[in-house]
Amino acid sequence: MKLSAGVGLKPEHFDAAHAAPAGGLWFEVHPENYMVAGGPRLAWLDAIRARHPVSLHGVGMSLASAAPPEARHLERLRALVDRFEPALVSEHLAWSSWGGVCYPDLLPFPRTREALDHIASNVSRVQDVLARPIAIENPSHYVHIDGHDLPEIDFLAALCRRTGCSLLLDVNNVFVGAHNLGYDAAAYVDAFPGDLVTEIHLAGHRVDAALGNALLVDSHDAPVDPAVWALFERLVARIGPRPTLIERDGSLPDFATLMAERSRALAVLEPRMRRAA
Amino acid sequence: MTLASFQAAFAAAVHGSAAESPLARLVRQPGFAVYRNTVVKACVDALRASYPAVAALVGEEWFRAAAAVFVRAHPPRVPMLVEYGAELADFLRAFPPAAELPYLAHVARLDRFWTEAHLAADEPPLRAGALAGLAPEALAATRLRPHASARWAWFDAAPIATLWQRNRRSAAEDGCADIEWRGEGVLVLRPHAEVIDVALDAAGAAFLDACRDGATLGEAGMVALAVRSDADLCALLASLLEAGAFASPEEPIRHPSQERER
Repeated sequence: MKLSAGVGLKPEHFDAAHAAPAGGLWFEVHPENYMVAGGPRLAWLDAIRARHPVSLHGVGMSLASAAPPEARHLERLRALVDRFEPALVSEHLAWSSWGGVCYPDLLPFPRTREALDHIASNVSRVQDVLARPIAIENPSHYVHIDGHDLPEIDFLAALCRRTGCSLLLDVNNVFVGAHNLGYDAAAYVDAFPGDLVTEIHLAGHRVDAALGNALLVDSHDAPVDPAVWALFERLVARIGPRPTLIERDGSLPDFATLMAERSRALAVLEPRMRRAA
Repeated sequence: MTLASFQAAFAAAVHGSAAESPLARLVRQPGFAVYRNTVVKACVDALRASYPAVAALVGEEWFRAAAAVFVRAHPPRVPMLVEYGAELADFLRAFPPAAELPYLAHVARLDRFWTEAHLAADEPPLRAGALAGLAPEALAATRLRPHASARWAWFDAAPIATLWQRNRRSAAEDGCADIEWRGEGVLVLRPHAEVIDVALDAAGAAFLDACRDGATLGEAGMVALAVRSDADLCALLASLLEAGAFASPEEPIRHPSQERER
């Protein structure tokens, strides 16, 4: 079964997700929430996996660090990959730990050639341990950083060349970053190397509580914005269908509401999937 | 600037002031607050999810303010936030604003017991009937290990278990009304899919301590009797077995009849 549109899976939706008709539907989870010795979480995901493909989307590997991935964390991810045989495995072009302390967010860095060396080494290490390629997601941006050597797309493409990884294009991150830093979201999407994209993310954002419309926050707590849908349609028209995820982490609606957004993504993907078949 | 020095400066600025940061141009941008807020909120949300009874006792606002102080003192060390916050009970014990709530740290400890039981390795508990038919001497010589998920405590001074149960299960009712003020103990464990809790007296807690430390059931019984001379050891052992408090031993428990057959 080819993956079509999927939905981010939250514990509140386990029963409805488990019962949902299959047909190309897949679910994505943060592996960090399943790195436990035992208990009901793993049993729930086992039950989901028995009926649907699963994607592991990591948030804690801290790939954009000047230090190798934490060995125990990588080992725990490998155990989950072995257990759930995910259809997709992905991580972020970001860092989240330094000096033994975790900063649970996706933090930015200057895209220098030195950083590229560290990150390529870290991605290769992860892929070696997992014995499979992973996809790397483009980040959201909130601040201007001094000292970039490479534009983001060139940086990501170089990372793919050096490690054999692929890319996860988060269209909402493009929209949020373009708005906040003042670049052209459509031009970014148009320039993104389609042959390297193995997954697409769609999510909602909101305006910053303090700054209003001057700053958008990649909050994952709202429906996908019309402008993001338009970018997604533009992307799929150019590169063809890819497994596409509706991400929702906050202000969680009922499962049917997420599935309605998923249907909208499916309506964009399906005509082209039929053509490709 | 190397990636390492960038990360060190950025990390320092997340929990610190922007004034003397080598990344002052970055940190002064309004967008930097998004990172700072997201980091703290993720940690506070994780604590809120893991300590519902504490939050019910003190209210959302107090809890989130105290949690933000805790986050600075004890930032997470692993990316799995479900494990985060093991030190919260000790933190609350020494937290001046909580001085008037001496039971708060104990309730936090029980919330933590629940999390640890929830996340513990799966393990089949010893069946309730597994010791039936053992001769008294064989029973007394048997060593049982508490179940991997089992956490227990006795609280001398206050009905911590009742406070915890009421505030964990429902924040809506008055979590402190009509409670008889006496010592209480509790055993929290997950023998099967769900976390359960069982009342435990001081003798029962001492009995489980002894079993954990490798004592035989006979030795553990003596420890329990030293705590409470009127302890009913048969009833205690039966209730612990019924709860699933012990792991199935790797070696089968030898019954006298099997001894004779060999």
